[in-house]
Order: sequence, then C-alpha cells, then structure tokens
Amino acid sequence: MRGRGFRILLAAALLFMAPLRGGPAAQELIADLSRHLVAITTGFAGTEVLLFGATEKAGDIIIVVVGPTRREIVRRKARIAGIWVNDAKLAFKDVPSYYGLAASRPIETLLSAAAMRRHGIGIQYLSLNPERQIDDNELAEFRAGFLRYKILNGLFTVRPRDVVFLGKRLFRSSIYFPANVPTGTYTVQVFLVRDGRVVSAQTTPLIIAKVGVGADVYHFAHNSSVLYGIIAIVVALLAGLFAGVVFRKA
Amino acid sequence: MQIYLPIAEISLDVFLLLGMGGAVGFLSGLFGVGGGFLMTPLLIFIGVSPAVAVASEANQVVAASASGMLAHMRRGNVDFKMGAVLVAGGFAGSSFGVWLYSALRAVGQLDLVISLAYVAFLGIIGTLMLAESVRAVLRRRRPGTQLRKLHQHTWLHGLPLKIRFRKSKLYISALLPLAIGFFVGILSAIMGVGGGFIMVPAMIYLLGMPTATVVGTSLFQIIFVTANVTFLQAVNNQTVDVVLALTLLTGGVIGAQIGGRFAGRLPGEYLRLLLGAFVLFVGALMMFGLVSTPEEIFSVSVGAAR
Repeated sequence: MRGRGFRILLAAALLFMAPLRGGPAAQELIADLSRHLVAITTGFAGTEVLLFGATEKAGDIIIVVVGPTRREIVRRKARIAGIWVNDAKLAFKDVPSYYGLAASRPIETLLSAAAMRRHGIGIQYLSLNPERQIDDNELAEFRAGFLRYKILNGLFTVRPRDVVFLGKRLFRSSIYFPANVPTGTYTVQVFLVRDGRVVSAQTTPLIIAKVGVGADVYHFAHNSSVLYGIIAIVVALLAGLFAGVVFRKA
Repeated sequence: MQIYLPIAEISLDVFLLLGMGGAVGFLSGLFGVGGGFLMTPLLIFIGVSPAVAVASEANQVVAASASGMLAHMRRGNVDFKMGAVLVAGGFAGSSFGVWLYSALRAVGQLDLVISLAYVAFLGIIGTLMLAESVRAVLRRRRPGTQLRKLHQHTWLHGLPLKIRFRKSKLYISALLPLAIGFFVGILSAIMGVGGGFIMVPAMIYLLGMPTATVVGTSLFQIIFVTANVTFLQAVNNQTVDVVLALTLLTGGVIGAQIGGRFAGRLPGEYLRLLLGAFVLFVGALMMFGLVSTPEEIFSVSVGAAR
C-alpha cells in the first residue's frame, strides 16, 4: 500500500514539472501553490492551500478551482401524506464536484457577463447538462437546487475569496477545501485581467487524494470487498470475545 | 480530536463517537438490550449517512453480541438447535434485506424507508415497554396472585415440520422459528440492529421458550445474522465503516460494563419505564425529521457513471 502513496506523489511531482498551459512567453503571469497534493489522512478536517504569484504589470487576478467532473444525481423532496419524500430526480452529466473562486476585486467590475461565461468564471455560468429532456422551469429549479446544495456543503463558492496584492505585482490567496472534499485531480486557473479583458491565464493541477490508513481502508473496501467483509466480521468477533474475557476477570 | 472515517467520508470528533458508544453501551448493559436501535438513529443525527450508519452498526452488533453470548454460553443458556433454525431463517431474511436495501438505495428511497422503519418500531416498542412497566409498577404496589397459563395451544402449534428442542423443552413446528428468524433478518439488514427487541418477545410469547434460554439463544442468532449483513453490505454496497464500528465498540464495551454494574441496583420496572420513554423520544425525533419542512428540498448524490 506504500506504493500507491508514492505513485500519487510521483504523479503530483510530474504534473508540477510539466510546462504550464497558457501564458505568453513573456511570463506576464506566474503563479504557484504551496502544495500540489492535498493528503486526506485520518485526522483530515478540511484544509487551506496557499496560492501565490506575480504579474509583469499591474492588473487584477481571478482564481477558479474546478474539481473532478462526475455524474451527479439531484433529488427533490415533496410532501406526501405529511412526510417528506424524494419524488423527482434529475442527473447532470460531467459536473464539477467542487468549484472555488477568488478575486482581487468584485468580478462584475472586472469582466462582462459574456467574458465570465466564456472563461467559466462564476457558478452561474457552469454548464449543467441534464441527462433527460425536462421543461425549462423545472430544469431551472433543479439547477438552482443543485447549486444551493453544493454551496451549503461548502463545495461551491458563491462569494469569491480575497486575492491580496502585496505591492503592485505580488499577490496571494488561499483555497479552502472542506472535510467532505471529493478526491481527484483539480485544476487551478489563474486569470490576469486588465481593462475588462483576460490578458493572461495559467493552469496548475492540484491532486486531492486519500493517503495513509484511511486511504488503505477505503481502497481495500472497494477493491477487495469480499476480503474486507470477512475481515470486518473477524475483527468484530475478536474484539467482542476479547472484551468478554477481559471484563470477566475484572 | 477529529477522526476521518474512510467509508463514511466525513470527519467526526473521536470523543463524541466514544461517548456515544459509551452511553448506548451503558444503556445496553443496564437494560440488557443490544443498543443498535438507539445507535443507528444517533449516527444519523450527527451526520453519518443512513446507508453507512446501518451497515457499520450491523458490524458493531457482531462484536457486542459475541461478548454477550460468551457469558450466556458459560452458564449453558444457549439452545443451539433452536439457534440454528433461527439462524437459517435469519440468513435468508438478511440476504433478502440487503437486496432490498440495495434496490431502495438505487431508487433513492433508502433513507426514507430506514427512517420509517425506525419510527414504526421505536414507536411500537416504546409504547409496549411503557405500558408493560406501568402495569408492573402498579402490580408491585398492589400485590396479588396473578398466574399465567404456562402453555397455550393455538393454531401455530398445528403447523407441519415439527422438531423437538430439548433444551427449551419444546416440540413445535420449525416453520415458526424460521419465520421469526427471517423477519428479524430483514430488520437487521434495513435497520442495522440485532433485532433482539423483536426476537426476545417473539421467542417468549410465540414460541413459548423458557426465559432463561431466550437471551443467549437470540444473541447466538444475532451474531450470525449481523455477520451475514456485514458481509453482504461490504460486498454489495461498500458501506461498512470498520473505523466507525471499532470506535463505537471501544466506547460501547466500557459503557456496557458500567451499565451492567448499575443494573442490579435499580428496580427493573422503573428501568423499563425509563427505557420505554427514551425509545419513544428517539422515535419522536426521527418522526420530526420526516414531517418537518426540510431546510433544503434538493439533495445531491454521486451517480454511477453511465
């Protein structure tokens, strides 16, 4: 099981060394993270990752963090016979499991709605594609419900976190990941904005992975579920018998 | 101190879990009940998903009943033949229960069915306990001769497949304990309980077993049935959190010992009165969760890729 942890580290290191997409040769924008691997260990209760960088000339910074995409099912409750019951559902294809946002100034003052949509900045511009045909009003309701749920669980950011400039060119910000953060490869996009236009952008990967005993238990439960089940029973039986013997003597 | 539960995929305070294990263990030691029917709702209240709570609690009950059965076995209070028949029914019932659990989960109604099952059973059991203990308290105050017929013949005794159970001094149809085992097996899979709170009264009143062998024999059945539930849940749904089960167990074992010491010092009918009230309270909380308008009517879960 040590091998897996090592492979994850290696993958993170390779990604880190890979040339960064975007950004003209002049290096108008350079940014990096305090770490490229967030390890979910036994004591994990959410964490912050520091993002820092520098710009060639003055400008504003917008940071977008997108988690791995997956299929998510949204269910709506309705009151039936006095009890709240899930009665309708809608699956969205390829939606980001996490969406973080930070900016040095209110984004609406930096970019037009069209530009925000083009660059995928702001959760209101996420493309949420339903798997089945559904009328527009209901779709809007499900979309809004999905976003509220994600915001409530700390996985989507509505109000951007701050990007702080130190002087005119150095900036830093932090990205927060709650305890329930999904694992996978995240992309951290940093946009340099000047005069209402994105003049430079840089993308950096970030890996969130379960590491250590917790990860081993999780992978074991999913990959060798038969053996996991047997061990769970044996451990429980031994613990129970052990307790029975110990306390008889006491 | 937070502990990350790898299968539940949330962080919880380890002392909260130990405390919950201890408190429920204390009650189970005090009242001689398994405690699964209290622990599962508590886990749901603190944010563990019902699916994981039920499956992991079944795992914990394996341990709790193993240590309990040991004590009864030493005193020779286990009817293994009856136990084997109950286990056979229990295996079938719990296998069906886990299948039902997976099917309900796929259509998004598992949480609802778990809650409804709890409201129904906690409501019924709590009411019966209260009523019984109130009668016992009244009887205690007004002592009189009250004799119950030892054995009553009903249509249940006309069923085929009769087997002799020497230990329990019974000659009854095997279909009856099979049916009881089957029903309790379903409950075990859906509710994450041992099911002693249903099985013990059923064994006394339906089968007519002597009280001495009832608890040991039911624990014997519970070990095998919850082990089967643990195994099937692990294989089919990957919802058994061993870390959670072991943490609860640690608190539970200690609590049960302390509870057991207190048990002899308090009058039984007052204890049952207290437990009955507590069970009703937990059932009412679950009921409240079902009928109160939720803060958010939308929920999101990760779907299997298509």
